[in-house]
Order: sequence, then structure tokens, then C-alpha cells
Amino acid sequence: MTTLAVHSALLTRRSVTALVRQPAFVLITLVQPAIWLLLFGALFETVVQIPGFGADGRSYLEYLTPGVVAMTALFSAAWAGTVYIEDMGVGVMDRMLASPVRRGAMMNGTIAYQSLTAFVQTAVIIGIAYAAGARFDRPFPGIVLTFAAAVLLTVVFAALSNAVALLTRDQNALIGISQLLSLPLAFLSSAIMDVRLAPAWLQTVATYNPLDWAVVVSREGLAAAPDWAAMWPRLGALAALAVAMSWLATKAFAAYQRSV
Amino acid sequence: MTHHPAAPHAAPNPASTPTSTPTSTPTSTPTSTLGAARRPKRGGAASEWTIDATDLVKTYPAGRGKEPVRALDGLSLQVRPGEVFGLLGPNGAGKSTTVRLLTTLSRPDSGRATVAGHDVLRDPGAVRHAIGLVSQRPSSAPLMTGRESLELAARVQGLDRATARRRSGELLERFGLAPAADRLTRTYSGGMNRRLDVAIGLVNRPAVLFLDEPTTGLDPEARAQLWAEIARMASVEETTVLLTTHYLDEADHLSDRLAIVDRGRVVAQGTPDALKSELRGDRLVVELVDPTSGAAAAERLSRLPSLFDIVTEGRQVRGRTDQGAGVLPVALAELERWGVAVASATVARPSLDDVYLRHAGRTFEEVGS
Repeated sequence: MTTLAVHSALLTRRSVTALVRQPAFVLITLVQPAIWLLLFGALFETVVQIPGFGADGRSYLEYLTPGVVAMTALFSAAWAGTVYIEDMGVGVMDRMLASPVRRGAMMNGTIAYQSLTAFVQTAVIIGIAYAAGARFDRPFPGIVLTFAAAVLLTVVFAALSNAVALLTRDQNALIGISQLLSLPLAFLSSAIMDVRLAPAWLQTVATYNPLDWAVVVSREGLAAAPDWAAMWPRLGALAALAVAMSWLATKAFAAYQRSV
Repeated sequence: MTHHPAAPHAAPNPASTPTSTPTSTPTSTPTSTLGAARRPKRGGAASEWTIDATDLVKTYPAGRGKEPVRALDGLSLQVRPGEVFGLLGPNGAGKSTTVRLLTTLSRPDSGRATVAGHDVLRDPGAVRHAIGLVSQRPSSAPLMTGRESLELAARVQGLDRATARRRSGELLERFGLAPAADRLTRTYSGGMNRRLDVAIGLVNRPAVLFLDEPTTGLDPEARAQLWAEIARMASVEETTVLLTTHYLDEADHLSDRLAIVDRGRVVAQGTPDALKSELRGDRLVVELVDPTSGAAAAERLSRLPSLFDIVTEGRQVRGRTDQGAGVLPVALAELERWGVAVASATVARPSLDDVYLRHAGRTFEEVGS
């Protein structure tokens, strides 16, 4: 167990070191969510006035912030597997797999790195929202829950992306699958729009959408009168799915090794 | 030719060392007495061999519109402690697949193998602790420095921070990377990156180091430098080295013993010298002016009693002779008498290419390495 922890820490540090040595990439990672927040915020500013929109006295920016946090986490995490594909393309993956590095640590390393990224991005989004005039009713525990939701959602989709990378071993396939999944998941949720104004089938789909779970956890946490009965089960489901996906993705190493 | 002081390159009777087929091992074993005396076995190995592979079979499943590929077809090989063992063959012969199986990256369909006394199927974890792998492609992250790459590899192998730092510094020094140690590896030349890869492979003082095509893509100077390092390393580190290559001269130069691999099987195994002396006679090569006259030339030459094993390949006719250079005037006179125009003719000592031709039934260049 300690070996697993040490290896995970070493590999996380490797990824973080690589990231900070690409300042342009860091900048893009931080600017992108700001664009989402300000563009969507401006474009849909008036939707809160639609009768039946559950704004509960919030501005659209305040309503949207949890949505942009979740979308950003999903879009970043969906790319996680590209690191593995690069490692497979050169000799890094082979050398790792032929060394005593634990498979679990290889998975944890990339997921921890993605979670760190998600944490920083979430902080930036909340900061920009405040700067643009958003005021949340219950910053505590709302902001803590927002961070938790963003990190758990990242774990789910980073693990999935890693698994797809190990199973397909192909950059194009990974990008294709990520894109096929990301946008529909974002729009089949309450990230930018109240689903109660959408058709019934869409509301049903949203109930099973992990991205929507993260949005609800964050939005209820920040609300003046949180619907705890909606929040807790979704937080629990996110956590359970995160553990399950990480475990399954680690199993994908075996499938990868069988195929090469 | 060997640079390895600990290796038994001077076998008392070299002619008995090579084995033409995996099944016909020599009756007496001058090899085992030599092998046993040299070094204590590691980890209570049941086998005297550092690498002992028997009847490895590996088939890759069919892809879309592709036939299944039988990469290994009953490959067996035995490597002694402390030797540099070369695995020579063209691309696609099964060399890299053998390395993948022995380094636990992949599992054989059937057959068994032990590395440093550990079974690759039953105890892959122990194998991974005992080996270093330098794969064909660069294996250091471009955004890390050489020192960081080495220290990370060392830590992952279980060395503590201080030991990892000391060992990394030592290896950087030895591989001539100390001045570049704190630069990102993406600024390294091809040769520097390769040397770093080898250093990373050695970081845990492995019992066995696998070098998969270590000099492919290097310029001649970098190649010579790496050769010197590999030869030195085996003795300094007391490491057994398994090296794959499709360069005949590389296998000849570096290996204490080598196995020739063709179509997933070992077709010959022994010291380079023994394999070469197994072939009777020198080689005659006649280059013709007119490529269509090959058959006629071969026909004429085959009538000379001093020539045998005659083959035609394009504008080249090759044969073997027991008479050394003395066969040249005789052969040229015969061809001239029948009006076959000759561009050039040479007689040479047998090379590994001849050994390959003899066992694989085609020349090495022919298979396209």
C-alpha cells in the first residue's frame, strides 16, 4: 500500500512538472473556462426571466457557475488518456510496465494530476464569477461541495478516458469518443439551462448523467435553501462511480498487455 | 570478438558449441562446466541459465482483413550469467516479441521462460525487479531533465531518495551526460537520448538488461560510442545483456554468443566465431555484367570440383570453396571460356551473413532488414 502511495506521488509530480514547463498550455487551461463563463453568461443572461426557470432569485451568472465548473472538469478530463497514447508511442509505457511500478499508481498518477488541474480551474472560475459580480448565498459549504463535485467528476472521466486509451491505443479513436460524449453530456444536463423547461425524456436522461449530478451538488450547495435530498444521493453516486471507474480503468492495463 | 572479460569466449572446442536446431543440443556440454564455475546463481534459480526460454509461441490475433501473425513459433534460447547474448534477425523475425515476453510486457500462448531464476508467467513482479529494459523507442519524457528521469526511475525501483540521487549522478557521469544532466531531454541529440535510455535501464543494477535494437537510427559515431559502452557495461555492472539487432556487424562485434532468429524460431546458436567456422570454406562472389547470364554462369561454375553451394541472386553468383583465393583464376578462366562477362570477383572469409544464409535459406539483405 505504501509502495502504491509513493509511486502515485512520484508519477503525479512527473505530470505536474511537465505541465508547469508549458506556460502556454497552463494559460489556455485557465483562460478557456473564463471564456465559457463570460460568453454563456452574456448570451443567456435573460433566460432566468422565463417563467418556470428555477433561478430562485439568482442571476444567470450565479446559476451558470456550477455548470461551467462541471463542463470544464469534464472537457479537461476527457483528454486525460492522450498522455498514455503519447507514452505508448514512445518507449515510456513499455518501460513502466516492465518495471515494478504498480498499475494502480500509473492510474492514480494521471488521475491525481487531472484532479489538481480541475481544482485550479474551479478556483479560477469561482474567482472570475465573483469578479463579474456573482454572489453566492452559502459560500460555505457550497464552494467546498463545488470543489468536491469537480474533482469527483474529473476522476470519473479521466479514468474513462485512460481506459479508452488503453483499449483503443489510438489517438483519433480517443478524441472521437471523447467528443462524441462530452458535448451531449453537457447539453443533456442542467449545466446551462433548467431541465424542467426541457422535454420529459431529457429530464430523465439528466437524472442518470454524472455531469448533471456534479452540477446539482454544486448548485444546491451554493443555494439559499438547498435541496439536500437531491444533493446527497448525487454526491454519493459520483463518489461511488469515481471509485468504480478507477478500478475498472486499472483493469484495462491487463487488456492492453494482452493485445500488444 | 568480445570485450567481456568474464565471458567464456574461448570455448575449448568452438565447433561443438553451435547448435543447428533447438532440439539437437551437443551431446557433451563444455558450456555447462564453464557456466557453473563463473558466478553464484541468483535467487536460488532452478536453472543454471540466466535466461531460459523453451518453446515460446506467440500469435497476434487477426486484425481487419489481416491474417493472424504467428510471431514466435517454438522459440527456445538459453543465456548464461554475465554474457552479452545477441538475438540476430531481420525485422519481423520475432526478436522484439521475444523481448516483450521475457520482460513480462506480453504473455506467451504456450511455452515457458525464466529470467534471473523467476518464471515470467508465475512471478512477473520478481522478474520486473531483476531486469532493465531499453526499448526500441526513446523512453524518457521530453519535458524532464536527464537527472529527473533517472531519479524517477530509481525511486520507482524502490531506491530511497539519497541512493537514487547518488546512483543517478554516477550513471550520468559514466554515460557522458553530466554536462547535460539538468537540461530537458527534448534538447538532447539522438545519441544522448539513447545513452540516457541505457542509463535508465541500469538504474536498479539489473541482473539482466534487455537492449532492443539499441543503435537503430544512430549516426556511426554515436553507434560506436554506444557499442563501447555496452561492452564495458556488461563487465562493470556484472549484468547479463540480451541484445536484439538486425545489424550483422553489431551482433558480431558485441555478442559473446548469439542466436539467429528466423520466422519465430532460433535457427542457429553459438559464438560468432564458432558459427562462422561451422561453415566449410571461404566464399566466392562473382558479379556479372549481364544479369541474364546468371543461370549460365552458375551452371558453368558448378562443374568446377573446387566449388560447391552455388547460388544465383540477380547479377551475383556465389559459391563456397576450400581452396581460398586459389579458386579465383580457375573460376574466371572458366567463365571467360564460355563468354560470360565478369564485372568483379572476390573471395572472403565466411561472415555472419553466410551463417544466416545457411540456416535461414536466404541472405540477410534479401529479407530486407
